[in-house]
Amino acid sequence: MALVHTWGGLLVGWVLFFVFLTGTFGYLNTEVTRWMKPEIRAAATPPPAAELLPAGEAWLAREAGDAQSWYIFLPGGRSGGAFSVGWRTWPDGEARFGAFSRQALDPASGQATTGTVRETGGGDTLYRMHYRLHYMPYDLAVAIVGICTMFMLLAIITGVIVHKKIFRDFFTFRVGRGQRSWLDGHNLLSVTALPFHVMITWSGLIFYMFTYMPVAVDSFYPEGEARDRFHTEVLGSDRIAPGTNGPVARMAPLGPMLALAESRWGQNQTATVRIEGPGRANARVLVYSHDTGIRRARQTLLFDGNSGSLLSEGPKAGTATGRFEQVMLGLHEGRFAGPVLRALYVFAGLAGTAMIATGLVLWSSKRKAKLARDENGHLGIAAVDILNAGTIIGLPIGIAAYFWANRLLPVGMEDRAAWEVHVMFIAWGLTYLVAMWRPASRAWLELCALAAAACGLLPLVNALTTDRGLVASIADGDWGFAGFDLSALGAGLFFLFLVGLIRRKDRRRAATRAPMPADAAKAKAA
Amino acid sequence: MAAVRRFTVSDHGLSVTARILAAVAGGYALTSLITFALSRLLPRAGMLQSEAVLAATIASFPIYAVIVMAVFHARSARRAWLGLIAGAVPCALALGLSMPTAAG
Repeated sequence: MALVHTWGGLLVGWVLFFVFLTGTFGYLNTEVTRWMKPEIRAAATPPPAAELLPAGEAWLAREAGDAQSWYIFLPGGRSGGAFSVGWRTWPDGEARFGAFSRQALDPASGQATTGTVRETGGGDTLYRMHYRLHYMPYDLAVAIVGICTMFMLLAIITGVIVHKKIFRDFFTFRVGRGQRSWLDGHNLLSVTALPFHVMITWSGLIFYMFTYMPVAVDSFYPEGEARDRFHTEVLGSDRIAPGTNGPVARMAPLGPMLALAESRWGQNQTATVRIEGPGRANARVLVYSHDTGIRRARQTLLFDGNSGSLLSEGPKAGTATGRFEQVMLGLHEGRFAGPVLRALYVFAGLAGTAMIATGLVLWSSKRKAKLARDENGHLGIAAVDILNAGTIIGLPIGIAAYFWANRLLPVGMEDRAAWEVHVMFIAWGLTYLVAMWRPASRAWLELCALAAAACGLLPLVNALTTDRGLVASIADGDWGFAGFDLSALGAGLFFLFLVGLIRRKDRRRAATRAPMPADAAKAKAA
Repeated sequence: MAAVRRFTVSDHGLSVTARILAAVAGGYALTSLITFALSRLLPRAGMLQSEAVLAATIASFPIYAVIVMAVFHARSARRAWLGLIAGAVPCALALGLSMPTAAG
């Protein structure tokens, strides 16, 4: 049973490490996407929305004429100059929504960027892994992440309530200063970012609350019309029903709708024009503003798509609890955050990642200390060490490989975006092999050195494969682009620092405990 | 959290299994019951039905966490199960009492 507990706890820790690190990229997803599409330069001033809207509509009419819904994503906000369209095909069978596709368009020509801009999953694919993992069905992934998140919430609450005691009970084995420092680091990281950890964990569960705790909503508001009424009531009513396959009907022009939106919110403040049931009777057009406040409540205008008349204006207030829910989700996503707050979000996310990493290392070093007295379970500890090294240092190497693949895979390659992800997981998987192949102390050292190179050399790869190297970006004043290179450099230096740390420790150990047999005898006596 | 330590260090197989089962399954069942009971009873105190469902569901996660902690804090697995049942009875009673008025 202790085995179940140990392995259960560790498994949760490994999943949470993945969730926290990939999730942290969610605060930088658009910035990462921009770096991964070096062909697109942020135009100083994108063309006005009124010019782009007809181009987007024309492209959709031509390429996705018969669809459940259309989306036109206008430039501005954090996405910079990016302009794209999306559409949903008609759903199969019982489903309410069809499959969604998205295509980036060139703002100047209104044509698809396929062939001129590399195909990439960008920052979105990376951060989406933090809740839907990868290579597995959506429902399974959400369930796994949910169980781990619940475990995390439990760990946080027990940590708060019985703080001193729990740490004494769980983590104190008082073996050596090395482990004490890990403990100190773990405490420091946990406590400093505690409000963030509570918020991010609880709100993470709230995102999927009706999947994890369906009993109340399923009894009082079963899926379908009743559920829609529920959402409308608690959140206010800027939702629209998915388009229906009704008779063909004439559409009202979109131009005047955009004009009305711009007169309300200002020039180029419109983020998205969404059309449900384009070209059908009962078509609806929902226009969203860019600005999302902390409540995730974007300004909206809802139009009758056939007559063009304004039906309603959002956001509606919703109920108090509905607002609480939206604030929690808004805090989780951090979309409202400006540069300074966004940086804090990133640091808090990294602190959470490091908290889990130090916890995992503590876990195995604690058991290694026990092992010195007890000859059983060599294999288990060795396996944990391998998996720890392969997760904590291996995942950053995998993510770096994702960016290397973005620069090095041929631009016109088939399934390029999928292969970027394959490269990430192949590289990550190989780090487990390295950890298995090498003796434990060497494995950490060598993986850290590899991680330092993988991250630290990214700016060089970027400079060699594009004309947007660090120097050029700084000269252009493109700090978003330069920021990516500088962060990669920073990550490389961090791993270099770890290399130095491990080498110093090894030297100290070699100096103080030179004769191995005596060391073993000492451990036995203790 | 002394109980937690006891079970990581020594393993009395059955008692530990019973406790984990109590925490995970029993705790989830009791949390579901409480969530359902709150969703039914809060509107009687003047809350909107939709509001009650949302509030109860949002609160269910900390509630579950507290129940799990209580299960591990209990002196024995038997007491943990008894505690879960003791928590379920008033919820079930309150739900039972609210039934006739709900129907009528």
